[in-house]
Amino acid sequence: MTTHGTHTSLGLDSRKMAFWAFIGSECLLFTSLISTYLVYKGRSVVGPYPHEILNIPFTSVSTFDLLMSSLMMVLALAAVQRGDMKWGKIWLFCTALLGLVFLGGQVIEFTEFVHKGLTLQTNLFGCTFFVLTGTHGAHVTVGVLWLLTLWVRALQGKLTSANAMTVEITGLYWHFVDVVWIVIFTVVYLIQ
Amino acid sequence: MKSWLTTTDHKRIGLLYFFTAFAFFLIGGIEALVIRAQLAQPNGHLVTAETYNQLFTMHGTTMVFLALMPLSASFFNYIVPLQIGARDVAFPRLNAFSYWVFLLGGLFLNASWFVGPLFHAGVLNVAPDGGWFGYANLTERQFSPGPNIDFWLLGLQILGISSLAAGFNFIVTILNLRAPGMRMMRVPAFTWMTLVTQFLVITAFPVITVALAFLMFDRFFGTHFYVSQAGATPILWQHLFWLFGHPEVYILILPAMGIVSEVLPTFARKPLFGYTVVVYSGILIGFMGWGVWSHHMFSVGLGPIADSVFSATTMLIAVPTGVKIFNWIATLWGGDIRGTTALHFAVGFIAMFIIGGLSGVTHASPPADLQQTDTYYVVAHIHYVLFGGTIMGLFAGIYYWWPKMTGRLLSEALGKWHFWLQFVGMNLAFFPMHLIGLLGMPRRIYTYSPELGVSDLNLLSTIGAFLIALSILVFVVNIVRTRRRGQRAGNDPWGGATLEWSISSPPPVYNFSVIPTVANRLPRWKTEHHEPMRDPPGTPPAPIHVPGGSWWPMLAALGLPILALAPLTHTLWIAFVGVAVLLAGIYLWAFEPFDV
Repeated sequence: MTTHGTHTSLGLDSRKMAFWAFIGSECLLFTSLISTYLVYKGRSVVGPYPHEILNIPFTSVSTFDLLMSSLMMVLALAAVQRGDMKWGKIWLFCTALLGLVFLGGQVIEFTEFVHKGLTLQTNLFGCTFFVLTGTHGAHVTVGVLWLLTLWVRALQGKLTSANAMTVEITGLYWHFVDVVWIVIFTVVYLIQ
Repeated sequence: MKSWLTTTDHKRIGLLYFFTAFAFFLIGGIEALVIRAQLAQPNGHLVTAETYNQLFTMHGTTMVFLALMPLSASFFNYIVPLQIGARDVAFPRLNAFSYWVFLLGGLFLNASWFVGPLFHAGVLNVAPDGGWFGYANLTERQFSPGPNIDFWLLGLQILGISSLAAGFNFIVTILNLRAPGMRMMRVPAFTWMTLVTQFLVITAFPVITVALAFLMFDRFFGTHFYVSQAGATPILWQHLFWLFGHPEVYILILPAMGIVSEVLPTFARKPLFGYTVVVYSGILIGFMGWGVWSHHMFSVGLGPIADSVFSATTMLIAVPTGVKIFNWIATLWGGDIRGTTALHFAVGFIAMFIIGGLSGVTHASPPADLQQTDTYYVVAHIHYVLFGGTIMGLFAGIYYWWPKMTGRLLSEALGKWHFWLQFVGMNLAFFPMHLIGLLGMPRRIYTYSPELGVSDLNLLSTIGAFLIALSILVFVVNIVRTRRRGQRAGNDPWGGATLEWSISSPPPVYNFSVIPTVANRLPRWKTEHHEPMRDPPGTPPAPIHVPGGSWWPMLAALGLPILALAPLTHTLWIAFVGVAVLLAGIYLWAFEPFDV
């Protein structure tokens, strides 16, 4: 892993700054996807329509799960920063696990929708819904891989409090993906 | 050879960018020459309509994404770290990754010329043919069944990743790696414009990524994002494309504006007039560039309110641009002017960009624009802005910084030939297009009838295009000749004010033997307020750590075109290979010991 911690003009770690720029860029990506969902809302010419198919109680549980994973991430970073790698490992694994639970929920949801007749090709709701939530799911998948990588490094003893910045940046990504889900949950599920 | 393949040195990557982009520039130029040869006479039959469609699509796509953007990137790479007093960019391996992705994306796109037989078609049959703007729903599978558009959309997705990675890298480099004392308002104008450009890149490219992803889903997975029968509106593509496309125009022009803001002060021996205003105008253009996209869509019929708003914002954005032009003129005013080739190109830039800017303001008026849309008038405008503007600006940069990059001065005599041939050639090629367009000749049509009355003007335009080709030939002769016989440049052949001139040409691998401390905006000039800084010593007082090379950025980059081959050939296992290569590259990269 590289070290960028020496001297920088703004006193901010370079990797962290690059990551903030990346998150800014990702905001535009999700804004485009969410805008398209909103523009095409109510324009599907055939069903199933959102109100017939979206399962708010089920997705609320998924949302709660993802929110809890953010809490785990905070605890993981705090543990790594104070050098407590035992709890660091536990919380990192828990974060990844809750991420996996969320992905499992998405798989169940998508399968159920397909059984009820909503596929990628059915109507505009299907196109915009699956591509938007699928893109988010892909982001969660990358996050889970990243967290598991850190967890394995921690098990090998190669991730220590000296790498706290790496964990912090992972956390930035994870929280961002979480925040995006809050927006998607609100826009797609709650405001029908 | 290995040291070039694994290099993470910003200077070497800058040179790789330059020569690769210049090769693509020649390819795009040859495509333009075939187009002009076809249009030299009415009812031309040099190429078929199908080939013509591929030629203008690939000409536009190549020039925008494979020539102009990466030529600017070669200066970002080579010059920006030198101007801010840094030893390299913030993420040297990410920088190498950007280059390899660019190269592979460009090769992927251009392979489409030759691989027709693999798709049961002839050579010169499957290159992209939907225009560089790729309007849906023309680009849907229903209307463009071949692999042509697939090459285009997958190639652009690959290239977007290169631009985004470079964007994050240069934002951090410029904000975080400045030498001690170099406050933001002491940063040279070129580096400032680079910063604004990179912010536009990282915000505009995600939008086209989404637009292209929708098109990809429509073409490969049967979705309906742009299918009107399913209730979708093809205007969605236009909005997303131009939301990217207009900031893209500023991504293409701001670096050239930055170059001119360096060249003029050096050869007028005067500080840039109104440096602060030039910087703030650049920032303002960056912001306002986001509010004008629908002026590309007046003919859609968005309604009087939308048309009025976008008309007003478009006229407004001419203000900061005009401010810059007056600042450049004021920089020359009363200066001790040396008429070098670089200055010729910089002044040529101002003159040509004014013409392009003025015809742009005429598009801002919807009633006038309706008359101009899809005619050669628009082609004239875009070429005055991107050839007269960006290319002239880039050549100013090439003549200005070539001695820094290679250690030898380009021939001034050949340079003047190059300039005048190009200047006359471009006006001959592009000025008649204003008239051709107003007389009613549509663009993107492979021929025209003699009754239209534009035959002579078209012939004139073709002669101009070949004059431009001749001027580029003179330039190539110049760089080849300079390689062996060019005059040695020394550290500072021009008496420049900025840090890149304080070190040898080409600079040592570590750039600065001692990182300079900057006390003002013109560190190497004596002014009434301060003495010039002392240049860093020729040999470093202490050993300097230089990071070694890495293979992994190239490996990771290789995963992307492999991944793109999967949809192109409708073969799933290739996608797994692509992802595996990409992941292998990223993991080996992440765990490789590499101290910067």
